[in-house]
Amino acid sequence: MSKIITEGPAGYMPQSAPSMGVELAPTGKALLYGNIVEEEEAMRDAARAMLTKENPTIFPGPQVLWDWKEDVAAKAAALLELASEIPNCKIIPMPDYRPKYPKIDVKAEINPNHPNLTILDNKIKACIFVGVHCHYANLSLRMIRAGTDCYTIALCAYMGHEEAMASIRDLHAENITRFKEIVIEERNKLGIEWETTLPPENPSLQKEDNSSLSPADYGEYRSLIMTKKGEHVTDVE
Amino acid sequence: MSAIERPQPNKTKTFVDMDYLLHEAPREQHFITGAQAMAEAVKRANVDMAIAYPITPQSEVMHLVGDIYAQGHLKEYYRAEEELGTMSAIAGAARAGVRLFTATSGPGLLRGLEAIASWPGHRVPAVLGVLTRVVNAPLSIQPDNIEMAYLMHCGAVMLHAENQQDTFDMTLAAFAITEKVDVYIPVSVSTEGFFVTHAKGYVDMMSEDLAYKDFDSVAAPVPAMDNETPPARIQRDAPVQKSNFMSYLIHSVWQQEIWDSNRRAMKYIYQYLGGPIEVVNPDADVFVIASGCAAAQGREAQRYAEEENLNVGLIKVRAIRPFPIDEINAAVKNAKTLIVPEHNIIGWLSKEVKAAIPNGGIVVEGPRVYGGMTLPVELIMKEIYTALGLEYDLKL
Repeated sequence: MSKIITEGPAGYMPQSAPSMGVELAPTGKALLYGNIVEEEEAMRDAARAMLTKENPTIFPGPQVLWDWKEDVAAKAAALLELASEIPNCKIIPMPDYRPKYPKIDVKAEINPNHPNLTILDNKIKACIFVGVHCHYANLSLRMIRAGTDCYTIALCAYMGHEEAMASIRDLHAENITRFKEIVIEERNKLGIEWETTLPPENPSLQKEDNSSLSPADYGEYRSLIMTKKGEHVTDVE
Repeated sequence: MSAIERPQPNKTKTFVDMDYLLHEAPREQHFITGAQAMAEAVKRANVDMAIAYPITPQSEVMHLVGDIYAQGHLKEYYRAEEELGTMSAIAGAARAGVRLFTATSGPGLLRGLEAIASWPGHRVPAVLGVLTRVVNAPLSIQPDNIEMAYLMHCGAVMLHAENQQDTFDMTLAAFAITEKVDVYIPVSVSTEGFFVTHAKGYVDMMSEDLAYKDFDSVAAPVPAMDNETPPARIQRDAPVQKSNFMSYLIHSVWQQEIWDSNRRAMKYIYQYLGGPIEVVNPDADVFVIASGCAAAQGREAQRYAEEENLNVGLIKVRAIRPFPIDEINAAVKNAKTLIVPEHNIIGWLSKEVKAAIPNGGIVVEGPRVYGGMTLPVELIMKEIYTALGLEYDLKL
């Protein structure tokens, strides 16, 4: 297979994958290094990357972090199972798409405006993007390819992502489960010993006490949250 | 504010996908203007909202859209303050996840261009009709298509309709293309004011009891900003990008993503419209390449030439963005001369064609008319004769 898209760094101003002739895979297929392949082939290559490269990480985005429609809870559960089967896998969320000021906490999160900071600081060599809206996934994947040597995998509910080394489209919970099974198979082939273990808690996050929280506590962001049903906010700045 | 009672025809419509609507639904022939054709497409597109500010010749279209709003085919319609207000309102409405239509002409496009240019970057899935005309000064309302040159650099998908039938089909297709997850940028449908909008032609249309299926606002590359879809009001546009905490690269790759989305639209132009170009007599040495109204005149010239036993082909260009570089190269690989008639002074199509092919010297830039003049077929015939080394007695 001739690889069109490979791990970076691609350089200062990377050429976009679509401009290099990479097209999204049709239904039932996947992308691997910019080529249209069978889904299983892409999953196997991705599995080997997650098993053999340093600091494998899953980056869940808003579409799997929030239980906002059917199948999301099942996907999230399947992702936890997947992470549990990848040795030393971490989960770092992309909770929204804002840049983080004054400085991102790269141990706690990633965002599409400077995803390379999280990748580089954590020395991540293989990662999975899942549940990230396509526009932001494309931005992130290209920036990662521009400035890092990370092998990227995109698990997409829609049409996939040309920039990733491996891209699976039309993602459902059962696809994630199938990917987990492939991870286990490849792990056994490689002779890696691992007991099913949940990924570690995010080290930067403190336990929160939300019992006294109210929208007024969010200051300038109060308009961005929904009040609870029946709640009447009386506090003002 | 009192509610105005309106009919509710959408309640009795059958909602179908665009493939069925364009390719399979039975059609009947009608004899209607281009403005009517565009409005009839909007009627069948299950549009949620239309917003516009009037300008000739676009006003004919939006007047008719107002009529179909009164008939209950649109959920909402209003006249905005001016074009910048219109196009800004379109951007705002898109964030709420509704299907949108607007239209403008000439200086109206330029006035709205600040907002229109930001639409792709904000991932606004709107359909924009451009009923082309001159740009002032001197003041005129007559057909030209110079304003399309400005739109060509904004990132939107651009389709150019030859006639009333094209206007109908392209407008319908535009709603489907703009909403694809891997496109999700505005799609414009341009056609010449008056020559098409105010003239009648035959249009095969499906029943108005059929309509495009509902817009799925969450099947999108960016989150809808409403209060129902959690996380509520998730921010989707980066604030002002400053070097103290942003990578400059984010803006670069964001721009790339917009133009990649434009590129991805090509497969849907094939799916819904049969491809970005149409080729007549593909083995010819001399081709007329044209879009919009000029394609209709080019078609006549090709027919005249055929009657005179001259071997001439036609390449009609449907898609201006993405520009069909590969398709044009394939079509003209053996050609000796390409004649590009246009309705504007700058010749934006001939410039695109020259840039697209390796041997741009074979392009004849013209004939061109502008300022509202018609494009006589005889002007094209003269260029054909010249290309073939023949004398032509031009009489106008």
